[in-house]
Amino acid sequence: MRQLYKHHLFWPVAILFSLLLFNFIYSPDFFSIVVRDGKLYGSLIDILNFGAPLMLVSIGMTLVIATKGIDLSVGSIVAIAGALSCLIISRGNDQNTLSLVLSAMGMALLLSLFLGLWNGLLVAKAGIQPIIATLILMVAGRGIAQLITSGQIITVNSPKYAFIGTGALAALPVSVFVVALMLAIALLLTRKSALGLFIEAVGCNPEASRLSGIRSVMVLMLVYVFCGLCAGIAGLLVSSNVSSADGNNAGLWYELDAILAVVIGGTSLNGGRFYLIGTIIGALIIQTLTTTIYMIGIPPEITLVVKACVVLIVCLIQSETFRKTLVHRWNTRHYTAEREATSHVNQ
Amino acid sequence: MEQQPVLEMRGIHKQFPGVKALSNVDFRLFSGEVHALMGENGAGKSSLIKVLTGVYSIDQGAVKLSNQPVSLKSPLEAQEAGISTVYQEVNLCTNLTVAENIFIGREPRRFGRILWKQMNRNADKLLKDRMQLNIDVTLPLHAYSVAIQQLIAIARALSISAKVLILDEPTSSLDANEVKQLFSIMQTLKQDGLAILFVTHFLDQVYEISDRITILRNGNLVGEYMAKDLPKLELVSQMIGKDLTQLEKLPSKSASEQFEGNEIIAEAKQAARKGAIEPFDLKLRKGEVIGLAGLLGSGRTETARLFFGADALDQGTVRMSKANQHIQSPRKAIEHGVAFCSENRKTEGILDELTVRENIIVALQSTRGWYKPLSRKKQNEIAEHYIQLLNINPPHTEQLIKNLSGGNQQKVLLARWLLTQPKLLILDEPTRGIDVGAKTEIQRLVLDLSAKGMSVLFISSELEEVLRVSHRIAVLRDRRKIKEISDQEMTEHSIMKTIAGG
Amino acid sequence: MSINRKYVPIVVTTSLFLLMFIAGSFRYNGFFSPQVLLNLLIDNAFLLIVAVGMSFVIISGGIDLSVGAVIALTTMISASLVQQLNWSPIIVIPLVLLIGALLGCGMGAIIHYFKIQPFIVTLAGMFLARGLCYVISIQTITIDNPFYTAMAQTKIRLPGGSFISISVIIALVVVAAAIYIAHYTSFGRNVYAIGGSEQSALLMGLPVAKTKILVYTLSGLCSALAGVVFTFYMLSGYGLHAVGMELDTIAAVVIGGTLLTGGVGYIVGTFFGVMIQGIIQTIISFEGTLSSWWTKIVIGLLLCLFILLQKVLSARQAIFKS
Repeated sequence: MRQLYKHHLFWPVAILFSLLLFNFIYSPDFFSIVVRDGKLYGSLIDILNFGAPLMLVSIGMTLVIATKGIDLSVGSIVAIAGALSCLIISRGNDQNTLSLVLSAMGMALLLSLFLGLWNGLLVAKAGIQPIIATLILMVAGRGIAQLITSGQIITVNSPKYAFIGTGALAALPVSVFVVALMLAIALLLTRKSALGLFIEAVGCNPEASRLSGIRSVMVLMLVYVFCGLCAGIAGLLVSSNVSSADGNNAGLWYELDAILAVVIGGTSLNGGRFYLIGTIIGALIIQTLTTTIYMIGIPPEITLVVKACVVLIVCLIQSETFRKTLVHRWNTRHYTAEREATSHVNQ
Repeated sequence: MEQQPVLEMRGIHKQFPGVKALSNVDFRLFSGEVHALMGENGAGKSSLIKVLTGVYSIDQGAVKLSNQPVSLKSPLEAQEAGISTVYQEVNLCTNLTVAENIFIGREPRRFGRILWKQMNRNADKLLKDRMQLNIDVTLPLHAYSVAIQQLIAIARALSISAKVLILDEPTSSLDANEVKQLFSIMQTLKQDGLAILFVTHFLDQVYEISDRITILRNGNLVGEYMAKDLPKLELVSQMIGKDLTQLEKLPSKSASEQFEGNEIIAEAKQAARKGAIEPFDLKLRKGEVIGLAGLLGSGRTETARLFFGADALDQGTVRMSKANQHIQSPRKAIEHGVAFCSENRKTEGILDELTVRENIIVALQSTRGWYKPLSRKKQNEIAEHYIQLLNINPPHTEQLIKNLSGGNQQKVLLARWLLTQPKLLILDEPTRGIDVGAKTEIQRLVLDLSAKGMSVLFISSELEEVLRVSHRIAVLRDRRKIKEISDQEMTEHSIMKTIAGG
Repeated sequence: MSINRKYVPIVVTTSLFLLMFIAGSFRYNGFFSPQVLLNLLIDNAFLLIVAVGMSFVIISGGIDLSVGAVIALTTMISASLVQQLNWSPIIVIPLVLLIGALLGCGMGAIIHYFKIQPFIVTLAGMFLARGLCYVISIQTITIDNPFYTAMAQTKIRLPGGSFISISVIIALVVVAAAIYIAHYTSFGRNVYAIGGSEQSALLMGLPVAKTKILVYTLSGLCSALAGVVFTFYMLSGYGLHAVGMELDTIAAVVIGGTLLTGGVGYIVGTFFGVMIQGIIQTIISFEGTLSSWWTKIVIGLLLCLFILLQKVLSARQAIFKS
């Protein structure tokens, strides 16, 4: 029992479970799933489908945060990828040809890879703090997305393109499979090869990792490229879901939601250990929360207040000082400088 | 004529989780005196100083300043009470100007407005009058050398009109001339009636400047002596304590000629790096332990880092002889059988959030590449093997390394490198900050490894230790290799002389 | 020579601004007039005020992502109190300033006492402030209170026929006060000291806790004041006001030569950083064929350029030292 309680997934799962329970009590048909035209419909399916882009972005973000980094540009990459693929498709003679759709998606993903590489170069090669390095693309990326769409909303009429965002495979949304595929790739790369160890090592201590022979630069580049790719795929899902690209609003706040999902999932912003499954649950919690708030009829924008509280609580729980303050509040005297200094003594 | 001490500490206790930092320590400081606080690493010197500067609280005991009991709760309170400290790493803000660094927090003000001109004038005057320092006080601090920064830190302490000045290892990054300048200033301050607490690990400097010596060992007070009544050897044995005999039980090592015929494992030819080390040659033979002796900042670590490719060379070559391979990066170095245990365990060694197992296998794994992971079973076997071999405590593979004591962390790092089966093992201060028991274990291990044919480059600030394990000693001074010493010449005296340049 | 290097970023910023203005004057008719310059101030008064607060935060080594949201919240509270509850602006304006300061103070306290990265705490603050806007109303609330319209429409004539708005005066007063605070008060110098090295500042006995919390309080206050000015400018309260403003602000501060690692920066630089953003927008609108999104791209490029410049300068400094 104690082991269960201590498991890193305990809290995320518990939160998700209680959210679902609340929904069930509030509206028992929340869990009802119906089959129509060989597709499943229902709130749970919606959560999976609408949460897919966020889950994708969060997978990439998890690896970046594990290296003690952060990628603020994912929202912009989502917009750029969607914009580029919609632009290419809308320029085609027959918007529904498979080769056109595939090449559009290919081009968009290639561009996302390149944007990830750009972030990676700034962080790993130029040595700029990640938050700053990715801020550049966050600012400029919105402009680039609008440049691609010429400030308009590009709509496409291509059932084949719409398939990845709205279609179904074996009755489940295609997007679920996309997420599953990327998650499997990420898990395979990090847990079945030594890459996970290297990422965690670089996140713990880049210099010690370099001196242990790890190619820190390569590892950093790789995670930013992977994060770019994830954001690019998410961008395709988002634009395909609505069959249009909006350079201004697509992927807005994704960076923040993704960071939140990662943190809820148990990965510390200080780098090191990362939990991909935890992240997925974190993303699901955020999506469920949004759905719940819609359902009980509170204006959806208020989700932001709830998110603010969640961020704060999770960070406070993660903060060692906070925990210590709670524990030691009454039995030690209060020396401000000691807290910084004690860590040096115990080495 | 026993006058009243300006500072008196009685029965100080300080406990940290798992470590007794200070137990029942007394300490006195008289004005107009330089009082050296001596002790090995981990003896409790820095804890005592942190108590004095209000960084640590005390669990038990009393501190009296000018015969008044004081309770120092923060650096600010300590400063206001008249206790100022200058640390080894200059704790000033290098982005601010010299004048600001002296006066910040107490700037001359009128209606809250800082009077820059007056502040600059005051700073200029203070530095000229009491430090014999004539510099532009409007430049940011980072425009000046560490030695000058240190003097400025002292000037700051003086400007607070300190009664007690604590100098914590002030000389470790200064060259001989700078030390001379510092000492002459200390003499003047002493004559002005200031009480100076001086911490250093350079024995000569202690006798050059100090009037009184207090020795700590393992958090306990050994005694307080007048410097003139305490012979150097006595001081050393008091610092080391009864462990001296324990240390001597190391296996005897072979003479250096014995290695003459052995193959050369690694060789540096005219290797140099600007600001780190002047061109030097050094050969390491199979099975030989080479000690690097010299003061902190003499270029010891820098030399070692070149052998590991941790820093880039500016000229010359460092190569592993057998493969005839240049060492350009840590990766290359590890590939060719070099291992490097850094002196900065925390910043360059351990991966704090990872387990003992992961910390042990990481170097081996990185040579194998990411696509050839060691199986979990293999990893556990390896980790358990080394935990047993090196007596790592607690003996759990899945323990996070940050929860281990310093000595055990050091052993994990040793395990990390032994696992790569290096031909050349570089140990930079491997015994710093760890307890004596672990210390001898590590020294013994070095000799064992060398007997099995591994070459070792051994760096330590403690001369005894270098002498104990090395077959040959390269002496460094002022970022230059001065001399290689072997066999009969290898005595503390001769090496000290070489280090001092006499 | 080291004193020169200290001013390099600020010199680059100022000359860049002048260069852009000269280039614009040659290229476009009607660009070279005092009013164009003054319009930069009129249109960017609120940005200038937030950027001043942000400069202090960044110099102290932190970051504040909540500024845009606090502006929106301020417009929202002002609009709802003035318009829906008919409160007097004389009460409302001090009240919103107090709310902004309190928000900042709370974030500063959490950052300092619980050692959580400023980035994540102010992010939560941003969520909170935006969310609170929607708690008040999801719609835009238009303001027709005579005081606000008067503040919005009053033009202060200058000799030579050009004019400025009251907001410009407020912004310039803020800039002047900030220069004084940064340079001539203990608080200002402590901010620089903490940005240089928090550990050292602590050991030198400086009031680190007070200063850090005060920095975020100041930033909150500046954001609220910017929100008041923004309300004058827009005459409405809306939860989507000033979206992305935090990025514009950070960009302006960085382009103004403040080091993101803390410890180095000038309010004057920030002033020119804001003016550069303004002039880019002006040039793009004068160009006519260029669309507004080019502003973001150009600002992104400039940001990149300045960050790399900072990197090169600090690397040179490291070499110089050794």
